[in-house]
Amino acid sequence: MELTGAQALVKSLEMQEVEVVFGLPGGAILPVYDPIIDSPIRHILVRHEQGAGHMAEGYAQATGRPGVAMVTSGPGATNVVTPLANAYMDSTPFVCITGQVATSAIGTDAFQESDTTGITLGVTKHNWLVTDAADIPRIVREAFHVATTGRPGPVLIDFPKDVATDTMEWYWPDSVDLPGYHPPSHADPSAIQAAAALVLAAERPVIYAGGGILKSGASEALRELADLTGIPVVTTLMARGSFPDSHPLCLGMPGMHGNYTAVTAIQKADLLLALGSRFDDRVTGKVSAFAPKAKVVHVDIDKAEIGKVRRPEVGILADCRLAIEALVEVIRASGPVDHSRLAPWIATLHRWQAEYPCTYDRSEPGSAEVVTGGPGRRPTLKPQFVIETLRASTPPDTILVSGVGQHQMWASQYWSFEYPNTWINSGGLGTMGFAVPAAIGAKVGRPDRMVWAVDGDGCFQMTAQELATARAERVPVKIAILNNAYLGMVRQWQHMFYEERYSEVYLSPDLPDYVGWAEAMGCVGLRVESPEEVTPAIEKANDVDDRPVVIDFRTDSMEQVFPMVPAGASNDDIVVHPSQSAPVPGALQ
Amino acid sequence: MSPDHRPNGPRHRLLSVLVENKAGVLARVAGLFSRRGYNIYSLAVAPTDDERFSRISIVVDVESSPLEQVVAQLDKLINVVEIGELHPDEAREAELLLVSVSADAGQRSQVIQLVGVFGGRIVDVGHDAITVMVAGTPEAVDDFESLMRPYGIAGLQRTGRIALPKLDGGSSAAEVAVTATDIA
Ligand SMILES: Cc1ncc(C[n+]2csc(CCOP(=O)(O)OP(=O)(O)O)c2C)c(N)n1
Ligand SMILES: [Mg+2]
Repeated sequence: MELTGAQALVKSLEMQEVEVVFGLPGGAILPVYDPIIDSPIRHILVRHEQGAGHMAEGYAQATGRPGVAMVTSGPGATNVVTPLANAYMDSTPFVCITGQVATSAIGTDAFQESDTTGITLGVTKHNWLVTDAADIPRIVREAFHVATTGRPGPVLIDFPKDVATDTMEWYWPDSVDLPGYHPPSHADPSAIQAAAALVLAAERPVIYAGGGILKSGASEALRELADLTGIPVVTTLMARGSFPDSHPLCLGMPGMHGNYTAVTAIQKADLLLALGSRFDDRVTGKVSAFAPKAKVVHVDIDKAEIGKVRRPEVGILADCRLAIEALVEVIRASGPVDHSRLAPWIATLHRWQAEYPCTYDRSEPGSAEVVTGGPGRRPTLKPQFVIETLRASTPPDTILVSGVGQHQMWASQYWSFEYPNTWINSGGLGTMGFAVPAAIGAKVGRPDRMVWAVDGDGCFQMTAQELATARAERVPVKIAILNNAYLGMVRQWQHMFYEERYSEVYLSPDLPDYVGWAEAMGCVGLRVESPEEVTPAIEKANDVDDRPVVIDFRTDSMEQVFPMVPAGASNDDIVVHPSQSAPVPGALQ
Repeated sequence: MSPDHRPNGPRHRLLSVLVENKAGVLARVAGLFSRRGYNIYSLAVAPTDDERFSRISIVVDVESSPLEQVVAQLDKLINVVEIGELHPDEAREAELLLVSVSADAGQRSQVIQLVGVFGGRIVDVGHDAITVMVAGTPEAVDDFESLMRPYGIAGLQRTGRIALPKLDGGSSAAEVAVTATDIA
């Protein structure tokens, strides 16, 4: 069967069971947009290519399947660099196809030419420039294989226009031949034995669960390990939902804005079981002061992560799920596990939880200490209260997406996550503008789920044009803007570290008019200014199922994220909420 | 060249990297080193006897980052097939040098004599300069280069070191490094 390169590309995507492509056409990719018409693959036409990339990421994080975006050469390609970098940092499987000028024109500064493979070298797991139509099925197969196996990540296929119009004899390779690519799978049994011995001897162990739990589908296994051993679990920003917040052993998020107990448990631990986590600087703070008493077992599928930041006593190069299952098996075989050994440790953790919960100055109706915005003014609307109320008013399996900033930290702190893949955010790159398109991608992948985005007013303005996409494609996402009129997280740093000299962080609550913006994009727009309006507005939004809804929550501009470990400081120097008495440094009991 | 900048010092290690012989592979390797802040001291690349693969010999400055991390990151490149670290004691290393030396009629015979000692060849002769080629262990090439300096170097190009593991028990004449003191 003779096909054009463009037809072969689309057919190859069908062979990979791609159900949706997010994209926007242009000159160099035009030939591929013709066979797309006849393909069962759904195409979602975005308004900006960055939106296509983040939608593909949101889709991938919600479904576990690779997201696919397709854009043209030159500016189309450079517009997806941010999502590629974002997916690279967060290990999200993402296949990006870019048009390219004809092979004969490459290197001549042709119209809309850019060195796409060169530009994206450092932000992709691998990329390919197709030079022969006969290579298309092989390269597509390799690309999906690389994106989804081992440590997942973004890949890019650069597709010159003449390759698209050329013809080839169709085939589908039945295997991939990549001599330099051998992702690890099973753990070395002797390493598992060594880890089990440490687990059974530890008195103050902590499981430090990272995004690898979700990537490897290890949530069940993690739960089994925790139940079997009685070891408490912290879930990093990338792992929220991998272990249910309602589980008695769940300590929540560690790190710069982690809660006191999660942060301090790590600091005092004698054993850290790092499972699919990478000792990111936002978790460790000052590395030399991080978990100073702990022996470390580090399970990762990426060899370069093991020992990169902290040298483990036991390094286990393996798929996280397989390693945890093996560990459970070995521990189980060693006989009944005595949980009473951990009782003093668990009691200490409970005391910290009672003494230092995440907290804020409450101002909701009926609250004892109502904070008002000034004499005769309405009670201020606290962002944390909006998130708590949103959680209480949505189904447990709601997918929550966030942007980057204070609102992201509050979302992670105050939402209670019960299921894996229900939290989608930009962790490693911290990309403002991620939320709206990622929420759209998530809803496209999981139409059965309610999808809410908690976004900042600053973030929202970076990619909110995609609401037009959502309306046109009937993707009913719901966006809660925590409108504090500021680039709040930057403001917080200027407040704390620059003597309150606020430089270029004020945005205005009214410009743009977010309700007007929503309506202009065919969405429902609502505004909430006081605590008692929160629940009714959310309920109203929940009832809308045929178009997106945007709620402009006018939240307290002055609110700060607590706790906080100042950048570069030791986690022992955690700053708790001003209403809580400062913990005594170094006190364990 | 200050002593601690000499290859084989504690801060330099030699990696022999087998890569797929595909367009852009060198850019991937070089790009990895630059974006992760690793320093390359020298780099040489050429196809192997199997045309599907090339071998890159890289002398890495391990002061900037641990070798183990460099190797693990390199290994993640899809086109990198195999990485070997060659310890200087267990490797045959060689390098090629081309140098144009100012040598008038009076000095020419001294230069030619040194070229002979180092087993080099004269590849070009001008009115007041000659170009010579010397191949040998990197140490020998270093020594030859420093011996040429006083005469005045008009142009110089080294290939960077290449290496293969020693065959078991083997020793060869090439291993006998010629040092400045030997000749003096
Ligand atoms: C693309 C991008 N530019 C700049 C930053 C730096 N930055 C981090 S948080 C933040 C403020 C975000 O403001 P907003 O969306 O209003 O969220 P808030 O912190 O107020 O909740 C900025 C500017 C970033 N993370 N991403
Ligand atoms: Mg804001």
